[in-house]
Amino acid sequence: MSTPLAPTRPTRISLAVRNSNTMLRRNLLHARRYPSMTLNLLLTPIMLLLLFVYIFGDVMSAGIGGGGADRSDYIAYIVPGLLMMTIGSTVIGAAISVSMDMTEGLIARFRTMAVYRGSVLIGHVVGSVLQVLASLVLVSIVAVVMGFRSTDATALEWLAAFGLLALFSLALTWIAVGMGMASPNPEAASNMAMPLILLPLISSAFIPADTMPGWFQPIAEYQPFTPAIETLRGLLLGTEIGNNGWIAIAWCVGLTALGYRWSTSLFNRDPK
Amino acid sequence: MTTTTSHSPAIAAKGLRKAYGDKTVLDGIDLTVPAGTVFALLGPNGAGKTTAVKILSTLVTADAGDLHVGGHDLATDPQAVRAAIGVTGQFSAVDGLITGEENMLLMADLHLLSRSEGRRTAAELLERFDLVEAAKKPVSTYSGGMKRRLDLAMTLVGNPRIIFLDEPTTGLDPRSRHNMWQIIRDLVSDGVTVFLTTQYLEEADELADRIAVLNDGKIAAEGSAAELKRLIPGGHVRLRFTDPAAYQSAAVALRDATRDDEALALQIPSGGSQRELRSILDWLDTAGIEADELTVHTPDLDDVFFALTGTTGIPTQPKETVR
Repeated sequence: MSTPLAPTRPTRISLAVRNSNTMLRRNLLHARRYPSMTLNLLLTPIMLLLLFVYIFGDVMSAGIGGGGADRSDYIAYIVPGLLMMTIGSTVIGAAISVSMDMTEGLIARFRTMAVYRGSVLIGHVVGSVLQVLASLVLVSIVAVVMGFRSTDATALEWLAAFGLLALFSLALTWIAVGMGMASPNPEAASNMAMPLILLPLISSAFIPADTMPGWFQPIAEYQPFTPAIETLRGLLLGTEIGNNGWIAIAWCVGLTALGYRWSTSLFNRDPK
Repeated sequence: MTTTTSHSPAIAAKGLRKAYGDKTVLDGIDLTVPAGTVFALLGPNGAGKTTAVKILSTLVTADAGDLHVGGHDLATDPQAVRAAIGVTGQFSAVDGLITGEENMLLMADLHLLSRSEGRRTAAELLERFDLVEAAKKPVSTYSGGMKRRLDLAMTLVGNPRIIFLDEPTTGLDPRSRHNMWQIIRDLVSDGVTVFLTTQYLEEADELADRIAVLNDGKIAAEGSAAELKRLIPGGHVRLRFTDPAAYQSAAVALRDATRDDEALALQIPSGGSQRELRSILDWLDTAGIEADELTVHTPDLDDVFFALTGTTGIPTQPKETVR
């Protein structure tokens, strides 16, 4: 027997949790059913890892550590940067899937249902962060197979490294979600998110910032990837972190807040 | 909890107003839909039908108006309105990447049904909408009619008492359209209130207890189909030509006839009485006009529609001239 109205109205919190969980499962179902998008996005960092280590490795290693470094030193140098780059390229999937959602009628349906409003975006963000973390695991495995080792990091440093990666994933995911919300279609979303792949190329991911031309160094330095990469490098390999740790955290918190405000204000706007 | 009684209307709008920029879409319209009835909002493209549905279903906020749906105020308690309604929009609101069954279970989850209850509801509705065979296939492989049925099935998961259908049969083939009509009639016999928009007069005539004609953001007329037909005093005689030259010369001779250039047809207002017909025929003979086909129309909803929306007999509207 069915009743016209739900017997009791659930509390706001339990509604929020249950609805968000449903939306998350929907997004994970998409990812499982169509893994090609995430895998395609993963190709870029993995290709670059192989290219830079096996093809350019001998030349590139000459530029780090004041010369005398070999290819295995270069693997150690490049992996933290490529892990951050993995985040930048896989969050593009979030921008595309948010944009796909917004161009279809399903979101309009959700808006006319008595569901917790934020659940749509929460589902996307949590789903994307989980996908990014899975991608990081994959890239790490490739790196370890290629010979990357982090022997002198303590358990606490490992934890901090993981925390930094998760925080950076969250920050870039919120920005990507905002990009997806702001784009008229998935193609535009993918274009708008391109800087998330390009920024790591002009950071200290592949070569130290101080080896770049003087006029270019500020561009490499004053962007989120360089401090995050330097911090991760310090945590995993014991290089100097300096104030990069705090700068990286500030970037993460700032980008998360910005992306959150941007996405939610676009989401709460009346649809056309 | 407020429930809709038969005395309070399911939908009540007073002075509903909405503008996008300086373009007024709805210019202070009043609507009342008693519970358990079908209300059709009829109008040409761009009349504001979809905007009215979007506002009444909480998707878009109105600029002004005292609006109540299911006894709840849209402005102060939209969430209570949402719990009472179901909406099937003009564009299919289904998830194309997952299967039909998964779409149904998604709705069941969002309505906080238990797992077993959700499965049962999904299975029942898939059966009722003839989607059992397709249930395990991705929705992106469905035909337009199947998507529309799934869309409506998803709307019904929460067992809403008030349902908004925005052009539910646009783009459907005749058989699917008749199936959809039957589905709507079944809903109404269960006591559901249906608010539908349509551009098809036949559809409004078939389904609706009351019809409002929306034109240019205003309600041009409201009433039952019979009441609306009474608004138009008489029918017309339609002359159809096959030769464009004959059509042109007839159109010049019959200045007060309404022209339909595409069909090469002229419409002369007439009550359809024997005397009127004879005088028209005499006149045609005198003017030397020989039509290939002559038909007598008694007023139908089409006439009402065209009379009220101030257009010629051409169903596709010419674009408004920019002033």
